Amino acid sequence: MTSRDTFSLAWGSLAHQPGRTLLIALAMSIGVASVVVLTALGEGARRYVLDQFASLGTGLLIVIPGRAETSGGAPGVLSGQTTRDLTLADADAVARLRGVERVAPLNVGVAQVSRGGLSREAVLLGSTASLLEIRHMRLIQGHYLPAGPSDQATQVCVLGLRIRAELFGQANALGEWLRIGDRRFRVIGVLATQGQQMGFDSDETVAIPVAAAQQLFNTASLFRILVEARGRDAVAPVKEDLLALLKARHENDADVTVITQDAVLATFDRIFTALTLAVSGIAAISLGVAGVLIMNVMLVSVAQRRSEIGLLKALGATASQVRDLFLAEAGLIAALGAVIGLLLGLAASFVLGRIYPVLPITPPLWAMAAAVTTALVAALLFAWLPARKAARLDAALALARR
Amino acid sequence: MIELDSITRSFQVGDQSVRALRGVSVTIAAGEFVSIMGPSGSGKSTLLNLLGLLDRSDSGMYRLDGLDVTALTDAEAARVRREKIGFVFQFFHLVPRLSAADNVALPMMLAGVQPTLRKERVARLLADVGLSQRASHLPGQLSGGQLQRVAIARAMSMNPTLLLADEPTGNLDRSTGRDVLTLLEELNRRGTTLIVVTHDQEIGARAGRRIAMEDGQVVADSCPSGEGP
Ligand SMILES: Nc1ncnc2c1ncn2[C@@H]1O[C@H](COP(=O)(O)OP(=O)(O)O)[C@@H](O)[C@H]1O
Ligand SMILES: [Mg+2]
Repeated sequence: MTSRDTFSLAWGSLAHQPGRTLLIALAMSIGVASVVVLTALGEGARRYVLDQFASLGTGLLIVIPGRAETSGGAPGVLSGQTTRDLTLADADAVARLRGVERVAPLNVGVAQVSRGGLSREAVLLGSTASLLEIRHMRLIQGHYLPAGPSDQATQVCVLGLRIRAELFGQANALGEWLRIGDRRFRVIGVLATQGQQMGFDSDETVAIPVAAAQQLFNTASLFRILVEARGRDAVAPVKEDLLALLKARHENDADVTVITQDAVLATFDRIFTALTLAVSGIAAISLGVAGVLIMNVMLVSVAQRRSEIGLLKALGATASQVRDLFLAEAGLIAALGAVIGLLLGLAASFVLGRIYPVLPITPPLWAMAAAVTTALVAALLFAWLPARKAARLDAALALARR
Repeated sequence: MIELDSITRSFQVGDQSVRALRGVSVTIAAGEFVSIMGPSGSGKSTLLNLLGLLDRSDSGMYRLDGLDVTALTDAEAARVRREKIGFVFQFFHLVPRLSAADNVALPMMLAGVQPTLRKERVARLLADVGLSQRASHLPGQLSGGQLQRVAIARAMSMNPTLLLADEPTGNLDRSTGRDVLTLLEELNRRGTTLIVVTHDQEIGARAGRRIAMEDGQVVADSCPSGEGP
């Protein structure tokens, strides 16, 4: 028998019971669709996070005070209590290392920002001119923090877009004065919108020179030192030199942690890939459930079609032809379910993409291929038993009406 | 063409063994028309199933066209059934979801005959049984006599040399049964060996050779091969 005939016979028997066929296909399709949607979401989240980090630049090193037990952890947002503090002098020393393009010391805190009667809380970033380049930010107005020695506490500030809007409305902000804590600062620039970065929304920040921030917060320590190496290849040697330098400066105590962009990226990549696989693996279990359903329905069908099977054998069908007929039925149902499932999954992904426009939600090809393959394999595996049962049926007995 | 020597077959029913055939030895020549009669439970169907390779004997020897078919594998037996043997059943056994034409085409489909050739042959086979007009009808739309004629067309579709019919008129009224038997006789006249199991004395009498069975044994044979019909 040609495989075309096998499939057309199998299809005929499926089409004869459209309700039953559709129900099983639907069960299959739900499994396929959930694998597609969940991997799309997982991949979307992974790409979103990786893109966010990549936008920080690939040559980035982050120096954190204190010894970290694990390597490659995400930078905490508001912490700074450690044995020995990082200082502005440390940052300046790092800037002189070979292979370092630029360095931005960073202090972070929350402060009340007010102008006239308007006042609100803002995330205050104390840094230097280099922060703009290191964090790939853009200005829509004015200048960023002034270049020059990092210990110069010029009373100027650069506003995030939302802070500017809330304090100034439609009015011009450039050159105006406002109050941060108990000091007055002059607005010299406004940041373009940037989205989330390292845990802050740049629209909600106010940047001031790091020395001014240290006076404001009454501290001599730094929250982070951001270091940009000259290209990706320089990252590893710079990291080594940097650790050696800071160890020497800190009385031979290796009490800082350096996170590199690559390590962070790799960690996030691993975490998200593992999550995506786990979640889609759970979704794939529903394909196994659909497989059990197929097995059940096929067992009933073999029992109902005993005389038809006996007849086929009397007409010269071999056991393997009978088996293949039933496997073809299972395969066709699974294929039907897979097609419906892919369509459902793509539609759902599209809708989710509309609801969460920041996530790049497209189901990965490998996931679609894996879902379809799993559906087919599950169907054939679970159909094997009923198909073999049909193939082994005693034809004489099946044809007799006793 | 058919040589049976001391064929036995028993079935296990619970802890009892039912001896359906107890030493059947028959020789049937090519082209014969043989009727097998006997009371219910005498082993007629069991014998026919063995002849059609749907069942195996426990002991004894079965030669078909000179070939020992007692120990064929499943696939080999299927091949012999496909190429040499046609079956006609009391309950027709048409596939209800397939049209008359598709039912007739089924054996050719299993044998891998090309669709175009298949179509041609189906048309001729249906014409032979007088059902050209019913080709696209489903079994549910046909009468008993028509169903049996479709089944006969199907049995003949691979041009078998041996046609086995187990009570082919058992489910038909007398006159329809006669028509069906006339059709079978016509096929026999064209050279097919015909073996019919029947309860009907009239039909049995029309056969060239009448075998009577009782209790798993042949008790009478009107014209054993060799003595010639
Ligand atoms: N598959 C089977 N299982 C158990 N007993 C069977 C089976 N087939 C036939 N028999 C028994 O074998 C005997 C002969 O049956 P069968 O050949 O069908 O008789 P007939 O066709 O002459 O009426 C009967 O007693 C029947 O009950
Ligand atoms: Mg019988």
